[in-house]
Formats: sequence, C-alpha cells, structure tokens
Amino acid sequence: MRAELDAAYSGRTLAARAATAASCVAVAIAMVPLLAILLYVAQRGLGALSWSFFTRLPNPVGESGGGMANAIVGTLELVGLASLMGIPVGIAAGLFLAEYRTTMLTRVVRFSADVLAGVPSIIVGVVVYATVVVRMQHFSTLAGALALAVLMLPLVARTTDELARTVPDSLREAALALGASRWRIAIHVVLRTAGPGIRAGCMLAVARVCGETAPLLFTAFNNRFWNESLGDPTSSLQVQIFTYTMSPYDDWHAQAWAAALVLVAIVVVLNLAARRVLRGPKAA
Amino acid sequence: MNEPAALTPSSRSTHAPRPLGEPSHALVDRSLVALGGGAACILVVVLAVVAAVVLDLALPSVRALGFGFVTGRQWDPVHGDLGALPFLYGTVVTSLVALTLAVPVALGVALFLTDLGPLPLRRPVAALVELLAAVPGVVYGLWAAIVLAPLLRTTVEPALEAHLGFLPMFRGPKVGVGLLCASLVLAVMILPTIASLSREVLRAVPIELREGGLALGATRWDVVRRIVLPHAKQGIFGAILLGFGRAVGETMAVAMVVGSRADITGSLFSPGYTMSSVMANELPEATSTLHVAALAEIGLLLFAITFAFNVAARLLVSRVRGPEAALVRVVTPRLEEHT
Amino acid sequence: MIPPRSTPPPSLPPPGVEKMRAEGLSAWFGQKRALKDITLPLVEHKVTAVIGPSGCGKSTFIRCLNRMHEVVPGARSEGQVLLDGASIFGREVDPVRVRRRVGMVFQKPNPFPAMSVRDNVLAGLRLSGITPPDPNRLAEEVLRQAALWDDVKDALDLPGGALSGGQQQRLCIARCLALEPEVVLMDEPCSSLDPVATAKIEDLIHELRERYTIVIVTHSMQQAARVSDYTAFFYVGELVEYDEADVIFTKPSDPRTEDYITGRFG
Repeated sequence: MRAELDAAYSGRTLAARAATAASCVAVAIAMVPLLAILLYVAQRGLGALSWSFFTRLPNPVGESGGGMANAIVGTLELVGLASLMGIPVGIAAGLFLAEYRTTMLTRVVRFSADVLAGVPSIIVGVVVYATVVVRMQHFSTLAGALALAVLMLPLVARTTDELARTVPDSLREAALALGASRWRIAIHVVLRTAGPGIRAGCMLAVARVCGETAPLLFTAFNNRFWNESLGDPTSSLQVQIFTYTMSPYDDWHAQAWAAALVLVAIVVVLNLAARRVLRGPKAA
Repeated sequence: MNEPAALTPSSRSTHAPRPLGEPSHALVDRSLVALGGGAACILVVVLAVVAAVVLDLALPSVRALGFGFVTGRQWDPVHGDLGALPFLYGTVVTSLVALTLAVPVALGVALFLTDLGPLPLRRPVAALVELLAAVPGVVYGLWAAIVLAPLLRTTVEPALEAHLGFLPMFRGPKVGVGLLCASLVLAVMILPTIASLSREVLRAVPIELREGGLALGATRWDVVRRIVLPHAKQGIFGAILLGFGRAVGETMAVAMVVGSRADITGSLFSPGYTMSSVMANELPEATSTLHVAALAEIGLLLFAITFAFNVAARLLVSRVRGPEAALVRVVTPRLEEHT
Repeated sequence: MIPPRSTPPPSLPPPGVEKMRAEGLSAWFGQKRALKDITLPLVEHKVTAVIGPSGCGKSTFIRCLNRMHEVVPGARSEGQVLLDGASIFGREVDPVRVRRRVGMVFQKPNPFPAMSVRDNVLAGLRLSGITPPDPNRLAEEVLRQAALWDDVKDALDLPGGALSGGQQQRLCIARCLALEPEVVLMDEPCSSLDPVATAKIEDLIHELRERYTIVIVTHSMQQAARVSDYTAFFYVGELVEYDEADVIFTKPSDPRTEDYITGRFG
C-alpha cells in the first residue's frame, strides 16, 4: 500500500496546492470590488464631508452647498422608533419560541418568521403604504418606522430564539429544581445567560434596517425640511443617497458620497459594537 | 386546593404546612407566557396581513388582465396595456448572471475560511466578509451608478463585444447602465451572503471528521473533497437558494443601474427593468387604479417567488438561518474546546 | 501542596531502539502554554503511556507527534520531534507524510458516517483517491488485525456509524492500520467506552505492540499499568517523571507522581 500511496503523493500534493491557490484567488477576486466600494466611499465621502453637512438643510436645486442635518436626524428617528416597536416584541416572541419550542404554534411562528425575513423589503413598504399611508392620507415618519419595525421583527425574534436555545437545558432544570417558575427562568436564567448574544443580535438587526431604503420610498417619503411631528414625512440618509445619486448634479453626487460614508460608518460602528458585546464577558 | 393528607407535614415539623397548589406567582407566570405568545403571534399576523394586502391590491389587475399579464411584453400604463414579462425577464436574467458569477467565488471564499486558507488569515477575512454583508444596498447602488457604469461603458463592454461578440448577449448599445451592470452589482452584493452562509454550513461538519481524515494522511483538499463537501452539499445548495432569493428581492442597487426600460432585447448591455425596481420607480407616481394594481401584482409574483425559494432553502437545510447565524457561532465557539 | 521540581526529569537510556523522540518540545494555544520543554524517548515496539490529570498537556503532546496540533487555529509549537532520528518539523517535511507514518486514534470514535464499514477501513486510501487492487482482502486482513472481523464480517456495507461504540473505535484503529503506519498514537481511546469494550481494546494494544510503536494517552492509571511498558507522568504541561511502568507504579521517585498515582489529586 505504501508504494501506491507514495506514487499518488505528488499528484495529491499538487491538487492540494492548486485547491488552496484557487481559494486564495477567490478571496482576492471577492475583495477587489468590495474593497473598492469601501475605499470609494471613504475617499469621496471624506472629500465631501464638511461641518455644514451635519448642520444645514439641503439647498434647493441649483444652489451648491447645504447639508443633510434633517436626513441624519430622520434616519435616527426612523430607526429609533422602529427599534422601540420591533425589539421588545421580537425578544418576547423569541423567548416564547425557545421556551415552548415544540408546540404546533411555535412551528407556525418560526416558519412565519423565516418567511417574513425573506420577503423583499419593498413589499413590506407597499403593504404599509396601502394600510397606513393611504388611510392617513399622507406619508409619515411613523409609517416609515413601522415598515422598518416589520423588517426587524423576524430578525430579532429568530436570533433571540436561536440564542436562547443554546442555553443548556441543565441550567433550566437546575432552576426548576430550585422551585423557580417558568417565567422567572426565562427572564433570569435564559435571558441573562444569552444576554450578550441577544444584545449583539439586536444591534445587527438595527444595523441592517439602517440601510433599508426601498420601504421608505412610499412610507416616510422625503422632506426638504425638518419634519415637525411623527405624522410628517421625513428625509433619511438612505433615501437622500438614492435621490441624489439619480440626479444629474455633481454637487449632489458629492453629497451622496458623504451621506454614504455616514451611513456606512453607522453600520460599521454597530457591527463592531456587537462584536465587542459578544467578546466582553469572555475577556473579563 | 385539595391537598392530599399524606403530603401535609406532620405536626412535629418545624415548618408551617405549605400548600402544594397554585403558587401566588402563577398568575404573573401565565400572563407573561400569554404576552410572549401574543408577541409570537404578531409574526404570524404580520405575514398574513402582508400576503392579504398584496393580494387585495393586485386583485383588480388579476381580474382585468388575467394570465396575459405574465406573458405580455408591452408596458404602457397610459393606455392600460400592461404585461409583466419584461420585468420577469430582467429579474431572472440579472439574478442568474449574478449567481453564476458569485457562487464559485463565494464557495472559494467559504472554503478558504473553513479549510483551505492559512490559519492566521481566516479570522480577518471572515470579519471583512461579514462587514461587507452589512453594507446597505443603496451604497452599492451609488458605487455602481457613479463608478461601475462608466467603467462598463468605456472599457468592459467594448472589450466583451470585441472578444465575445459572437454571442448575442454581448452585443448592443454600450451605455453602461443596463442588465449587465445590475447583474454585476447583484453579484458583488450576494457574494458575502452566500459566502458567510456556506461557511456556516461547512463549519457544521464536525471537526472530528476533518481531524480523522487529516490523521490518515489526507491533504486538506482530500478532506474537503471527500468528507466535507459530500457532508455539506445540501446546505450549500440551500445557501445558494437563499442568495438567489436575496438577488430577486434586492431593489435599490438594481433600480439605480438597471436602466429602467421595459424591454426584452436578448443583450446584456441594453437597459432593462426588474420586478422590484419597477415597483420602486413607478408606485409613488402611479395614478390609475389599474397601474397600481398591476404593480401590486408584480409584487405578488415577487412575493411568491421569494416565498418558494426561501421555503425550499429552509427545507434543504434547517440550520441555515441568515447571516445572523454568525452570532450563534460566536457565542458557542467550537474550536476552543481543544485546549 | 506539591513541592517544586528539584531535578530535571530522568530520561533513561532505553533498552530498545528509539523510534521517536521529543526534544525540548513546547506548545501553545494562543498565549496559553500547554507544554513546557518536554524531552521524552518513545521506544520501538513498546507501549508508552502518558498519564496525568486533565489539562496537563498529554493530549497536546501526542498531537504534536504527528503534527495534528498545528491544525487548531492559534496553536504553535517549538522544539523538536524526531522520527527515526529525523525532525518532523523540518521545512521540507510535509505533515501529510508524517501522519501517514504516525497514525492516530481519537478520544471519541469518529468513523466517517457517510461511508460503509468497508470504506471506512479503506478511508486512508479512498481519501487519497487510491483503489487498492483487492479491497476486500485488504479490508479483511486489517479488520482481523483490529480484532473486529468476526463482529462485522456480515456488516461491511452498513454505515460506519451503525456499529457500537467499542466497535467504532476498533474500526478507527483498523482504518489507521490500513495505512501500515510505524507509530500509532491513541488519545484516550477508551474514555467513551464501557468496561467490556475497553478490555477488548486493551487486548488489542497488547497484540499490536508486536508490529507497531504505540503511544497511549489515558486518564486511567490502571489502564496505563495494564498496557504500558513505559509510562510518562505529565503535570501542568511538564514532564514530571518517565520510567518503566513497573517503576512508576511501584516506586516513583517524584513525590508528585506518588501523590497522583495514590489518588491524592487529579
């Protein structure tokens, strides 16, 4: 046998080297466009960023300068409101799924969550448009936030579900044996043990909806000025990037790059923070 | 509550007799469970509402246009002559081209991350891939519209026509924006998704099997080819389906570079339209009931397609959940167990 | 309390041929040092047992002997391991060839679930894309060597995972023997098995000694005493004592060894 193995050896070593090389090439190919995007956003965005970008409203067409203060606040408002609606409901639903994992109801819920997570975001926008915007007869911040909340809900629920299920049953049984009730276990043992993961999961879900644009097009719409109440349409970084990119003006393109940089920075910070939250307890 | 006498502590016990019936917190317990159950039901209700509303909106169009809607090649909202075939065509073409480009690269990246890449490089590359999966679609669209499309017009499309022009799909007007540009940006967008999902699937192959193979004097590639891939092929197929679902549903980046023309030319260079991008562009301005309904019917078709793909993917591999799955992995590390 | 070591561990001149030798071997997982400066001979056609409390580095040690240690992300090693006098860490040495000569059996039986019993036996060849001229005969021969033939001769086409735990572990031993290794490393091969299966594996080790050099890691001192010719005692990454098994278990020279084998810690 050994002779045959030795005979095959050089061919196999060659195949192994070729496979390794191919995977390295794949990484290189993947990195070129992806790094190009990040570099362009960083370079063009930094070039266009200025103090007034953060403090001023957009100027009318044809006037250069101006900023996106209202869009930055609008994005934070939309995402903040969406989180207020989506995260508590998502966590509650996720805990319920994890603690009552085998009933018919949880199977239906889990399936719905998975399907909902795969629904294109623009369809969620259409539905909120038809149910909220049409009924209220105007676009609003609230409608936009509702659409984003619907997109967050399955992400938060399923992450909580998965993480809560990684809490070993022995811990639950230990708590049961101490006479704790089911909900005390869910809150004090399960939620606490899986806490960092769930917090990180929520951050990633927030990061995800920060970039969602399509559902805002016909819910929050856009606004050249500050929105005065949650019932008003609002500007947002996402929609501004879209509008400005599709315009023919170089000045607006520059502003779009700046907005993209701010948006990517928010997403990256949320992602890094999520990683930190996860690593936190281990380092301690 | 009726307590069995035998269970009552004897009079000599130092404890007062304690009831074994419903404890005082049972009410709180039950109401919290109900709250969680209610929250869970919201998910089902939301999904039902989404499906019902889209169906309801689309109904006038389904009634008025019938099956001809799916086969019609004309899109003329002003005269009510509405056919969705150009959008179906655009969505299928861009998604398939994107998939063809992205899948081999994504699998290479996934194998690099789990088996083939040099160990010190795996972690940073993985972090970068996950970060790129989080970049918003509208930013990809911005880059594609301002950087990629001019590059295609001036360099890539002329070169493709010169070398591959014998194929009709590489001939035609070189305008930059069009199906090719949309396909490329989609490929770049779904690459991190497919790579990180496949990586999850590959990581689920037990480490003992890999070590068993290595200890038998197999090379890493032998182990990948004969142990890991056979184990993971179903899951990888599921990951590809989910990537396809994502490509079909992606709206913004495509809307920004697809060219927005409802036409079927057979060329990848020419401007086209996809289902999601026509909704994004026309719904805010649609005025006639039929136009709105027709756009909603496109939404209904889109919903049906993504629904089918997602369900198929999840049937294939119950453990693939989306990029968020990365979290579960980080929380329960497997490789550290060696120490 | 365990007194600090006063003298370096004895490495007696082995009365046989030295098949392998660790020379100043240290190993790390990231920042954590798992092995400290181990020097240990492994005598040809003898069974060397490595004992010690959990976390003492004994598994890490044998994983260094066929370069499986480096498979773990963040793991590295320093020092030398010699096989027939030649370093296995040399620049030009391919770990794939080392592992072919130095086989390994793992703590948890890990037959390939997608392969039949027969294919599992021949897995080392199958993975390398080789079909032996007479696969059935080779499989039978190796299964007989592993004392498994009578158990599985009617089950060769069943999946490897269908066997009992003890049979699976002997299947893994057979799989290793099919490659005609020179050294067989066993990492707590019986820790997941019942007493009957354990006894079978121990009998098998006795027979295999005729043809192979065997290194076995075990947490069971009784097992070490039963199967080994030489025994090495590891404690927190260090080699405390190495001697003939009889000596270690009857009159150990280091008080820490004595504490361990008399059950005072570990």
